[in-house]
Amino acid sequence: MTVALFVFYLLAGVCIAAAVMVVSARNPVHSVLFLILAFFNAAGMFVLAGAEFLAMVLVVVYVGAVAVLFLFVVMMLDIDLTAMREGFLKFLPVGALIGLVLLVELFLVFGTLSVGTAAPIAAAVPVPEGMSNTEALGGVLYTEYFFAFQLAGIILLVAIIGAITLTLRDRGPVKRQDIGRQVHRERPAAVQLRKVDSGKGIG
Amino acid sequence: MPVPVGHFLAVAAILFTLGVFGIFLNRKNIIVILMSIELILLAVNINLIGFSAHLGDLAGQLFAMFVLTVAAAEAAIGLAIVVVVFRARGSIEVADINIMKG
Repeated sequence: MTVALFVFYLLAGVCIAAAVMVVSARNPVHSVLFLILAFFNAAGMFVLAGAEFLAMVLVVVYVGAVAVLFLFVVMMLDIDLTAMREGFLKFLPVGALIGLVLLVELFLVFGTLSVGTAAPIAAAVPVPEGMSNTEALGGVLYTEYFFAFQLAGIILLVAIIGAITLTLRDRGPVKRQDIGRQVHRERPAAVQLRKVDSGKGIG
Repeated sequence: MPVPVGHFLAVAAILFTLGVFGIFLNRKNIIVILMSIELILLAVNINLIGFSAHLGDLAGQLFAMFVLTVAAAEAAIGLAIVVVVFRARGSIEVADINIMKG
């Protein structure tokens, strides 16, 4: 057994154990933390497969952004944990049955699958020689897959706008700038002419 | 390639199954269901990366990156909806979300 294979088994084992804890942990906060662990180990597996850039993206995007977002939401919402656990045992048999059926089916597929070393069709984007993974990805992403890249940007923009509009709410008596009101303000409402007697002031 | 592609497929299959299992197991807690969906998408990414390394084709890694983008957007929108539902109903139980009588 080579070192790489041993490391792979270690990462895969921890990843699967963490995934088991994600779905079975009592406290959602623990679930989020185990999700982070699972993603870290998956990133390690990506490095073993030679996809260094995606491994780093996985750590930055998932551990840095998505998991922290989950953590914020879990901690912000006041969740009744005991009510959440009700029905856990009731759903366990049906969930286990469906999971088992799915797993057996997937492994049956793998049993019949024979993946040769030679690709059945020519590689769409062959891995270039003498280039780092990041460089090679960038070279393809910004040329051949440019429209897909732009579309991904648009999806993220829609997600930003959607998340903000969904969670934005009126906070009540807070003074805010209302541009419409400012623009529609007329002279009589804004300026007052007063006749001031000399030597007396306005009082 | 030191790690055979079958190993990647096996890990991805187990992770995928765990994600589906988690959806059934945590029928009440919408946040854990979202996390299970993240696990499923991670399994998909592992498959893509494994085949990309096996076939020497960068397209798999590119596709995994787009899956990652969509997963991040999905998590953001999903959590925003959870927050809105919690504000409106005071609970995030899936069974309580029946406003639309679907």
